[in-house]
Amino acid sequence: MARELPYIVAINEAIHVEMARDDRVLFFGQNMANTENEPFVDAFGKDRVRVTPISETAEIGMAVGAALAGYRPVVELYMAEFMLVAMDQVVNEAPRFRYMSGGQVSVPLVLKAGYGFTAGWAGQHTGTIYGMFMGVPGLKVAVPSTAADAKGLMATAIRDDNPVVYFHHYLLTLEHGDVPEGEHVVPFGEAAVRRAGGEVTIVAIGAMVGTALAAAETLAGEGIDAEVIDPRTLAPLDLPRILESVEKTGRLVLVDQATRHGSASAVIAGEVADAGFGALKAPIKQVTALDTTIAYSAPLEAYALPDADKVVGAVKQVLGSSAVAA
Amino acid sequence: MSGNGQAAVLDRERLVWVFTQMLRIREFEERVKRTFEEHPGVIRGHTHLADGAEASIVGSIAALREGDQLMATYRCHGYPIALGTPTTAMMAEIYGKATGLCGGYGGSMHLVDVDRGFLGTSGIVAQGIPQATGAAWAAQIRGEGQVVLCFFGDGASKQGAFHESLNIASLWRLPIVYVMENNGYNVHTRSEQEDANAAAGEPLATKAVAFSMPGVTVDGGDPVAVHETVAAAVARARGGEGPTLVESRVYRLSAHGNIIAPPGVPLHFPEHEAIEKFGAPEEYEAALRGDPVPRFRARLVEDGALSAEDADRIAGEVRDEMQVAVDFGIESPFPDAARTLDHVYA
Repeated sequence: MARELPYIVAINEAIHVEMARDDRVLFFGQNMANTENEPFVDAFGKDRVRVTPISETAEIGMAVGAALAGYRPVVELYMAEFMLVAMDQVVNEAPRFRYMSGGQVSVPLVLKAGYGFTAGWAGQHTGTIYGMFMGVPGLKVAVPSTAADAKGLMATAIRDDNPVVYFHHYLLTLEHGDVPEGEHVVPFGEAAVRRAGGEVTIVAIGAMVGTALAAAETLAGEGIDAEVIDPRTLAPLDLPRILESVEKTGRLVLVDQATRHGSASAVIAGEVADAGFGALKAPIKQVTALDTTIAYSAPLEAYALPDADKVVGAVKQVLGSSAVAA
Repeated sequence: MSGNGQAAVLDRERLVWVFTQMLRIREFEERVKRTFEEHPGVIRGHTHLADGAEASIVGSIAALREGDQLMATYRCHGYPIALGTPTTAMMAEIYGKATGLCGGYGGSMHLVDVDRGFLGTSGIVAQGIPQATGAAWAAQIRGEGQVVLCFFGDGASKQGAFHESLNIASLWRLPIVYVMENNGYNVHTRSEQEDANAAAGEPLATKAVAFSMPGVTVDGGDPVAVHETVAAAVARARGGEGPTLVESRVYRLSAHGNIIAPPGVPLHFPEHEAIEKFGAPEEYEAALRGDPVPRFRARLVEDGALSAEDADRIAGEVRDEMQVAVDFGIESPFPDAARTLDHVYA
C-alpha cells in the first residue's frame, strides 16, 4: 500500500525500516540523538544511533572504519557542503579501500547529504556538487527526485556494499508523493521515464525533474511531445536508457542545477556525443546553473539557475522552432 | 593473532618470539631496500621502511589477542609480519605481482590482511586515525571485548583527524589504543620545527590532556617496556575505561622513503635526513648505537633467555625466509591487465 508522505519522511522511513531489518545499520551525525525520546534512539538505542561533535573528518572516517569492521553506517551530514571538510575520507579513503586491498574488504556506508538549498542560503549552503563525486571510481551517487525514490534509493544505498553519497534536494523536503509502505527498494543504475514522448529527450537530475516536467507540460500545450528521463543515480549511470531515448527522438536537452563545468549534464552530454552522435538531429543543449557562486539576493539567485522557461527555450532551440536562446 | 595478550609480563618463549619478529621485520626491510640495487625497477613509487621501529611494533602487537584489530599508515610492512602474514605475499605485493597480498592493487603503502586483524592503512597522513576509531566503535557495539590498535606517526598528531578522533574516542570510551610512533621527524621536518609540545620541550603525549585520556611516553626501542605500556592500555580499553595515547619514541634508521623521481631515474634510499639535510651525522650514529635489534639480542643473551647460538640460528632462518620472499616476488607473474577493473565496486 502506498500513501502520501513528504520526501523527508520517506527518507527517514527508509533508514528506520533498514535499521529494523539489519542490526548492522548505524545512524549518526551532528545535532541528532540528543535525547532518549527521539524516534531513532527510542527504536534502536544509543549504541547504533549517536550524536557526534562537529567533526566531519572523524564522522566520515569513523564510518569508513565501522564499515571495514562489518557495520553499515549512515552519516547524517545535513548539508552536502559539509563533506568538503572531509574530502579525503569521501574521495580518497572510502572508495579506495576495496580496490587497494585487492577485494579483501568492502566499505558499505551512506553519506546523507542535502543539496541545492536555493532559498536564500547564499554562497556556501546552496551548492549542487554531485558532479564532484560521480567521477570517483568506487563511489555511488544517488539523487532522488520523488518521495518514493527518496525511500527506495536510501534503502538500496544502505544495502549496497559500496560507499554511497545520497543527495537529497532541500527544496523537495516537504514535497509529497505516494510512497510504498514497508520494504521498498529502487535499484541503482535504472533511469525512470517520468513522461514518455517522441520529439525530444529531456534528461533532468534531482529537483530539476520537476522543472523539466513543468516545461514538458507547457510544450505539450504547444504541440511538442517531450520525453523526460530521470537517471535517479549518477553512478552508476543508466546511459543505455538515455541513448535509447535519443535514438527515438534525435534531440537531447539536459537540465541540471549544478554549475555547467561541474555538472552531471556535461558528462552525460559527452557520453551521448561519443556513443549516440549518429542519432542526433540537433546539437545537445544543456540547461544548467551558470558558473557562479549562488548569490543571496533573490533575483541574483534566480538568474543563475535553470527554470522551466529556460528548458522550454532550449527544447524549442533543438527543435529549430524558435530562435530563443536557452 | 600471535600475541596471547593476557600476561603483562612476557615469559621466555614470548621474549624469543618478540626477538624473532623484530629480526624478521629488520631483514624484510633490508631486503626491500636492497631490491632497489639488486633488482632495479622492480619497486615503483614510494616505499617507507620500519627499521628502527621493530621493538615498538612487536611490543605493541604482543599485547593483542585473537580477534583484536589494528590499522596503520603507509609505513606498514612491520605489522603484518608480526601478525604472521606470509612474507612471500608481502614482498610480491611490493613488487606489484599477482601473488601479492592484495593482488598488486595496493603496493607497499596499502597492505591489508583482514583475516589477521589488519584492516588496512591510509597513505594520507592521519586519515587512518578516524577509521581505526570507527572500528573501535564497531568493537564497542559488538561487545565481545575486542580492542583496536591505531598506529600513526608524530606528524599525524598535527592533523585535525587526530584531534577529532581522540575527542570522540574519549567521549565515547572506545576500546582503542593510539600508538604514536614518534620518530622525531615529520617527513623531513624535525618535530621541534612543527610541534608546539616538542618546541616547549614537552612530550607529545601531552596532547592526551586535551582529551581527558591518559598519555604515556615510552622508550620505543625497548620491546618489553612497549609491551608493558601497551598491554596496560589494552587492558584499560578492554575493561571499558576508554582510550590511551601512547607516545612510543623510536628512531627511523632509514630515510623517510626512497627518492621521489620520475620514471627513468633509478630509485634508491638516500641517507637519513639527519645526515642528508641537517648535517648531524652524530645524531644518526648515536641512534645506530642504540639500535633496538642488537640491543634486545644482547639483553636476551645476557639475561640467559637466549643463547648466542640460538640467536644466530634464528637470524639464519630469518635470512633464509626473506631470500625465499624475494625470490618468490621476483619469479611471480604480473597481474593480468584485463583484471584492472576487478575491485572498483563490491
